[in-house]
Amino acid sequence: MMDWLGPEEWQAVALSLKVAFWAVLATLPLGILTAFAMVRWRFAGRDLLNVIIHLPLVLPPVVTGYLLLLTFGTQGAVGQALQKVGIVFAFHWTGAALAAAIMAFPLFVRAVRLSLEAVDPKLEQAASTLGASKPRIFITVTLPLILPGILAGAVLAFAKSMGEFGATITFVSNIPGQTRTLPSAVYAFLQVPGGETSAMRLVIVSIVIACAALVLSEVLARRVSRRVGKS
Amino acid sequence: MTLSVKIRQTFEDFALNIDFEAPDGLTALFGASGSGKTTVVNAVAGLSRPDEAKISVGARVLSDTQSRVWVPPHRREIGYIFQEGRLFPHMSVRKNLLYGRALARDRSDEITLDRVVEMLGLGDLLVRRSAYLSGGEKQRVAIGRALLARPNMILADEPLAALDEARKAEIMPYFELLRDEFSVPILYVSHSIAEVARLATTVVALEKGKVSRVGSAGAVLSDPEFTPAGVRAVGAVLEAKVREHHRDGLTELDAGGTALFLPKLAHKVGRTVRVRIAAHDVILSRDAPKGLSALNILSGKIAAVRAGDGPGAIVSIDTNAGRVLARVTRRSVQTMGLAEGQAIHAVVKSVAVAPEDVGR
Repeated sequence: MMDWLGPEEWQAVALSLKVAFWAVLATLPLGILTAFAMVRWRFAGRDLLNVIIHLPLVLPPVVTGYLLLLTFGTQGAVGQALQKVGIVFAFHWTGAALAAAIMAFPLFVRAVRLSLEAVDPKLEQAASTLGASKPRIFITVTLPLILPGILAGAVLAFAKSMGEFGATITFVSNIPGQTRTLPSAVYAFLQVPGGETSAMRLVIVSIVIACAALVLSEVLARRVSRRVGKS
Repeated sequence: MTLSVKIRQTFEDFALNIDFEAPDGLTALFGASGSGKTTVVNAVAGLSRPDEAKISVGARVLSDTQSRVWVPPHRREIGYIFQEGRLFPHMSVRKNLLYGRALARDRSDEITLDRVVEMLGLGDLLVRRSAYLSGGEKQRVAIGRALLARPNMILADEPLAALDEARKAEIMPYFELLRDEFSVPILYVSHSIAEVARLATTVVALEKGKVSRVGSAGAVLSDPEFTPAGVRAVGAVLEAKVREHHRDGLTELDAGGTALFLPKLAHKVGRTVRVRIAAHDVILSRDAPKGLSALNILSGKIAAVRAGDGPGAIVSIDTNAGRVLARVTRRSVQTMGLAEGQAIHAVVKSVAVAPEDVGR
């Protein structure tokens, strides 16, 4: 594959995989916590939180990217504060990962929420009468039961992160080797004469990765649901 | 150890005001649906928090709204057997059984996995996924799981209600075992008079959120005034010892010196069993009956005659075997001239007593 893809193309694929990996990894704990809070806790501002989480799903991605730039950019308040502790998002691959994570977040939370709503709280009650504390109940009962939802959500989030374009290019631009992810590279190749073959190769890679992700999630989900005893 | 419960809670349409004590043995919380039984058990388990509560086991206070004590459910050391089993579907039977055991403070070897597996006949199920068990199997595992958590008290909320008659008959003996072999107070919620008659040592009857009666199962069920499930469900409980299994398929029991013949029982000779005799299965005769096909004749004195609103009346008879209730028509009471203090003979057909009516 290294030979078949040119160095620039390979760079874009590798960067996209890296960005998607970190985006999903960051989404997992936060997304599970958010889904849990939405389903099981009653707190002030719950509806507002719900709206904010879902905004990236309905806003034009360019708008989300611009808002990220305003907040996390070199001039942004959060961006400046983070810069002092050595964390940089602006025009850096971490910014691409942040944009991907924000865009993938609502998809992930929705998938986990659905599976959490299907978990019978009576099972958690039963665990508590058997001596399990709340954290233990979560780890031994709730988490295993929502595993199929978490997997499905993670695959969705991964696919979304691989393909994120609008927010990424607005927030961190299209710098080769730094923020030129797979879709940005396809776009860039199509802007120059003779770039179509490179673009086509990247399109094929995209399709292969997407299909592989779908098959993997199917296999995992089937294995998990057999373990959980539904099928 | 005694479980003591005081609960007050106001709901939209009714108020709960309950105060009772459950000694060792099996205390049946008995009442129609909507009488507040489940609210009581859930408060004892810590799964709900009533407006006012004082709940303690022995000297240990579990809930006291006045002094703001509230022990969370996982520290209450209870074993809760739910109506629907509530097994963890993602675990094997074995893991379900051991779930509470790993968390129990008391890990003495009195109740081991092996003992529970043998007692409940779970050997063949251990490696199975709990999601694939039948209703009766699930309930057996649920009993084992609760027991292995080494509880100080066992709660059971209508554990047989979701099962068919055959499964009920299969599970009931396990509750007798729990009651007789382990010195843990059991609070057992039920609306079935047959279950209560067979299992309960103490009966706490609830009516519209209040305790209407407390006492031993024999005393409460033999009270002709106690008709929570309608007159059809009235029946007294007698204690008797298995004397002999006869070849013709009958088992002879000794009830306070009087012989009782019942269809063959599985219980060993010498065992004490409880027999529920439904009031509508009892015929009364003023003279010692002769030439009758019925095998059981209990002689005694009429303790009370209570006429109902309908055509029926309930006659309480004190016999050597204990108190027997008979449901007869008011017309018979009149024509026979039945009255308190009279000598009377109560006739019971052997085959009228179903196997479900006999427990130990």
